[in-house]
Amino acid sequence: MNRAEPAAGAPLLELEGVTVRLPVEGSMQAVLQDVSFAIRPGEALGLVGESGSGKSMTARAIDRLLPPGAAVTGRVRFGGRDVMTLSGADLKRFRGEVAMIFQDPRAHTNPVRRIGDFMTEALRTNARVPMDEAARRAVDLLASVGIEDGDRRLRQYPHELSGGLLQRVMIATALLTRPRLLLADEPTTALDVTTQAEVLAILDNLRSELSLAMLFITHNLELAAAICDRTVVMYAGQVVEVRESNRLHDQPLHPYTAALAAARPSIDATAHRLTAIPGRPLSAFEAPAEACAFTARCPYAADVCRERRPALVELDGGLTRCARARELFGRLEVELHA
Amino acid sequence: MGPAESVHLRFFVRRLAMLLVSLLVASFVIFAAIYLAPGNPIAALSGGRSLPPDSLHVLEARYHLDQPFIVQYWYWLSNAFHGNLGISITLRENVSDLIASRISTTAGLVLYSSILIIVIGVGLGILSGFKRGLLDTSTLVITAISASLPAFVAAIVLILVFAVQLQWFPSLGNGVGFIDQVRHLTLPAFALAVSSLAIVARVTRAAIREEARREHVQTAVSRGIPTAELIRRHVLRNAAIPITTISGITVASLIAVAAVVEVVFGLAGLGAYLVQSAQSKDLAVVQGISLLLVTTFVVMNVLVDVLYAVLDPRVSLGSRAQ
Repeated sequence: MNRAEPAAGAPLLELEGVTVRLPVEGSMQAVLQDVSFAIRPGEALGLVGESGSGKSMTARAIDRLLPPGAAVTGRVRFGGRDVMTLSGADLKRFRGEVAMIFQDPRAHTNPVRRIGDFMTEALRTNARVPMDEAARRAVDLLASVGIEDGDRRLRQYPHELSGGLLQRVMIATALLTRPRLLLADEPTTALDVTTQAEVLAILDNLRSELSLAMLFITHNLELAAAICDRTVVMYAGQVVEVRESNRLHDQPLHPYTAALAAARPSIDATAHRLTAIPGRPLSAFEAPAEACAFTARCPYAADVCRERRPALVELDGGLTRCARARELFGRLEVELHA
Repeated sequence: MGPAESVHLRFFVRRLAMLLVSLLVASFVIFAAIYLAPGNPIAALSGGRSLPPDSLHVLEARYHLDQPFIVQYWYWLSNAFHGNLGISITLRENVSDLIASRISTTAGLVLYSSILIIVIGVGLGILSGFKRGLLDTSTLVITAISASLPAFVAAIVLILVFAVQLQWFPSLGNGVGFIDQVRHLTLPAFALAVSSLAIVARVTRAAIREEARREHVQTAVSRGIPTAELIRRHVLRNAAIPITTISGITVASLIAVAAVVEVVFGLAGLGAYLVQSAQSKDLAVVQGISLLLVTTFVVMNVLVDVLYAVLDPRVSLGSRAQ
């Protein structure tokens, strides 16, 4: 596998050619195809793509939360161990070291159990921490996400808290088991804009304070760039680009990334119509086996793109799955911004 | 938001008020229905012979039959409120005493049936909810058939198989002594339980499937909560809400169906007595038993409502927002 991994220590999480197939109407359909990337300890990695591009499925594959009947090939390694074969106490420890923050905090909390019960459940059942000790730690963490009256909150039910408050509770809960990796699956998408900014700031601060690694899933390229060191761009269940976040917008390597960047409205210029990528996004199982998945929507598509699926190639310190990457390098952003 | 206690208190006060109103309406409907029903209690009493006008007046005055409808209702209601349900015209005995002597058979039958419904129905539902395969498929088939089986058909089938063919259980009468009484109540209890049991099993199975699919169960899985805890704390606990509702409603409805089963099995219970009194136009008894059955039904429903509020913390807030 050809990957551009900077030499700073062994990766914490490593995905190697992960392919996931799910049973859909009797046949197995691929939802992820040959997904490879790595996260170093303490690194924030963005995972960007349209709906259905496989972002959440990737997080679920890492956390072994795939629906029953899913077939996984390839390898997921966490701290050097194969995640797919973990069981018993090892699996339990893995679950403690990898915490997940979900998109919809209300759906992801049990409505009939109190916040205190929700927060301390893993500590009490897995780490055998006594109730009062667990509650004290929960109150401390609530304070660090900006919830001062933690004692009172622990006695409340999820329906008594606003979405933003509940998501902060989720973040505090995720941190309670002192994880090494946070899987954040669009943690702010369900919140209103002002709350989004608050929750993001809290998440970002805590993450760097605790030097926690994070996989940050979003469909917002700028958000990924603001929070993450590197960003992975996915399309139709495949990784199409991996790039340092700060260069993603200004110097994209893949035409799809360039199109995503161009689709964002600019604050400086007034536009009559927002730019959109023509066509519709493909599901992974619709992607052609012998061509680039983006061909149908790509302004640069040529014969070479339709001959075979391009491999991830290294370019300018990043990775891109584009057959014409070298040829187009440096031209993508210029043409789109013109 | 006010303190949770006052919200709860208001919820209970409202339920209690609703209970009293339903009982008042029910008592009126019962009394009016029997008042309007064809047949004359005096004629029933005299066996069809015409009585001299003097005796007629005495009898009418004794049973307040000479008063206007609403006054009769008022007499009956205020007496019933004090536990006095009047006097049986045919037996010349206190209706309350007549009911008291038969209530234990009906209570035993309904209780026995309820235990069968909850233990077997909920148990089967939980098992087939969690495990797909042969058990689940056979549960589905069997419950589909038995859910559509009326109690009197179930009774006849049970008598044929277990009383006539196998001779495991008696098919008639009440029995003497606790063990013998339980033996005598077994076939009636199963006959009464069969269709409700199937419905409870199916609803339980659906509730388990539904709750096991919830996103918050995923959260718990992602946190490494052991499977047993996961099932108990997040699936069963949440599924208990719909299961309680359906079990409560079904058990409450047994009270009415019990009459049919009592008649088929010759049990000296309230239901059979109600049917018999209706046939002999013993109005006070019909009214008394109807009032008792309706009261029990309404009270059971209120209990289910309260239990529902205890199980689901969102319910009390919901009622406040109405």
